[in-house]
Amino acid sequence: MALLEVKDLEVCFGLRSGAVKALREINFSLERGERLGIVGESGAGKSVLGFSILNLISRPGYISKGAVNFEGQNLADLKPHQLREIRGNRISMIFQDPMMTLNPVLTIGQQMVECLLAHRKMRESDARKIALQKLQQVQIPSPETRLDQYPHELSGGMRQRIVIAIGLLLDPDVIIADEPTTALDVTIQAEIMDLMLNLCEQNNVALILITHDLGVVSEVTQNMMVMYAGRVIERGPTKEIINDPQHPYTQGLMNALPQMAQAGQKLNQIKGAMPPLQRIPTGCAFNPRCEYVMEICRHNLPDSTVSGNCRVACHMVAEMKREQAMGDEV
Amino acid sequence: MIAFFIKRFFQAVVVMFVISLISFSIQDNLGDPLRELVGQAVSEEERQALRDEMGLNDPFLVQYVRFAKNALQGDLGESYFFKEPALEVILNKFPATLELVIGATFIIVLFSVPLGVYSAIKPQSVFSKAVMGFSIVGISIPVFLTAIGLIYLFSIELGWMPSYGRGETVEILGFWESGFFTQDGLEHLILPCFTLASIMLPLFIRLIRAEMMEVLQSEYVKFAWAKGISPRRIYFLHALKNTMLPVITVGGVQIGTMVAYTILTETVFQWPGMGFLFLEAVNRVDTPLIVAYLIVVGAIFVVTNTLVDLIYGLVNPTVKLAGR
Ligand SMILES: Nc1ncnc2c1ncn2[C@@H]1O[C@H](COP(=O)(O)OP(=O)(O)OP(=O)(O)O)[C@@H](O)[C@H]1O
Ligand SMILES: [Mg+2]
Repeated sequence: MALLEVKDLEVCFGLRSGAVKALREINFSLERGERLGIVGESGAGKSVLGFSILNLISRPGYISKGAVNFEGQNLADLKPHQLREIRGNRISMIFQDPMMTLNPVLTIGQQMVECLLAHRKMRESDARKIALQKLQQVQIPSPETRLDQYPHELSGGMRQRIVIAIGLLLDPDVIIADEPTTALDVTIQAEIMDLMLNLCEQNNVALILITHDLGVVSEVTQNMMVMYAGRVIERGPTKEIINDPQHPYTQGLMNALPQMAQAGQKLNQIKGAMPPLQRIPTGCAFNPRCEYVMEICRHNLPDSTVSGNCRVACHMVAEMKREQAMGDEV
Repeated sequence: MIAFFIKRFFQAVVVMFVISLISFSIQDNLGDPLRELVGQAVSEEERQALRDEMGLNDPFLVQYVRFAKNALQGDLGESYFFKEPALEVILNKFPATLELVIGATFIIVLFSVPLGVYSAIKPQSVFSKAVMGFSIVGISIPVFLTAIGLIYLFSIELGWMPSYGRGETVEILGFWESGFFTQDGLEHLILPCFTLASIMLPLFIRLIRAEMMEVLQSEYVKFAWAKGISPRRIYFLHALKNTMLPVITVGGVQIGTMVAYTILTETVFQWPGMGFLFLEAVNRVDTPLIVAYLIVVGAIFVVTNTLVDLIYGLVNPTVKLAGR
């Protein structure tokens, strides 16, 4: 049994203009210690997916279909207090902007200790000791003094280290890191990313890494998913997708990367922009921007087809597969 | 800390100077004090002589400097009516007004925090909607109407509460007439305090609700949920502490303003406080008393604002009291 399994998940936002689907037909699973990358342009639904795993989407959002099974148990079926036992304890989250994640009026120590006390029966002094230990693990200089400081007294990098320490505080099984370094100074991004990856590896924590950075995904994850307009359009082993992207959107993302391009080749941004949720085109959501667009793409939503170890939601890929299969038969 | 107080002190000096200048200059427009001071029988020559003697014919600046010099020594002139130092007359009534304001503030805090927080946490519930609707109505009802309504219901119809005066008071600390320590005194406080609170209470509920709803959307509250800590701790520690920061700032100023609103409340309830006294002083053209009242109220504003800044600094760790 997979540690975490997301099945046919659908998330809606009840807006004044009617309900819009922010996520649909999301399927994936995560094993213990696995690293899964989620990429996609801004607005693809990556954060919504991260939050809905913990059942943390705030109104007007709600899970309208599907299940998030953690150790075989659907989180949507749990009572609030059971859900709370999982949040921060078994599955924890690291947010994008460390400047906003920590409560400005509580000390670092308070914010760490409360998390321990919420999940374990222990004395406050013992909780402080564990907090201190974790601060040492994330390599914060003079951790004792940090415990009594307020967030505004610390730099962005330092705060993200603390957020990571909080994420690891209870030795969770899964960490969902939503663009954990995007808001940081470029010079320390790699350092913080390395720190987080190392700590996850040491503690055998599974990691869901949400990012814009295909480079990082290709380096550190075993599996990846590419999202577009609330759907997963391609998922599979990272190596295979990076070496041989099949969905035109994934190819487009890859071509826009300086590291991926061959010398002398021009960098190509995908033209156009991701549609807002209210105006997702019929058929394949990517069709207005796709250079291989066919008539069927404008009318029918492509199912996800198996292609090697990957699953791709694209009519063109499906057609190629069909032709291949027919060729094999002949 | 010291820098904060020095800065505050100079601000206070400037504010008090402006208030004294304004209040002193309006006294010319309040009518002829001589009419109150002496009877009809006094002839015009005698009046002129008296004016000269009192310095009422001197140039404005000369009069102001004389006034300011005395004021700095705590002498704001003598009330024409009471024939006593104006400041003393005012300060004698100060405890009554302050207790009214304290009582009203207590009521406001007692009701606005739970109601505001609840209606922010459960904005869709029937109770929250009722609170919001009620607060809109509350804002638009004038004070004297509230007062009359309360008196009619609780004093006349039900007979539960006295409708005027302070009731029985005891002297504490040697100079303070307090109504807080006798049952009769407390009973007399209830209706006036609720009346005074009724002006600000709806505003505070709405302010707290709006701030709290905003805070509940913040990333740090989301992160707190993701940590799996209890809702009670999230609402009443994480969210409420951040909600109260702007509320303290706005609220502090409002409570200063409430001193001014006491005029109406005290008049309706015949409350022997500064506001009631002020209205009488206006009727009698008792200029020194009017000026003294304005200056005392100005001083109260300065003091409450300083207190508010101090409390804000204590609650908000990002503020250092050294001044910005
Ligand atoms: N509370 C909300 N109400 C309505 N729509 C929302 C809400 N939160 C998110 N959305 C919509 O859901 C879609 C996905 O948003 P999401 O934040 O998951 O994107 P993302 O992939 O994380 O983008 P980014 O890379 O910018 O973080 C967006 O179109 C956004 O407008
Ligand atoms: Mg996001």
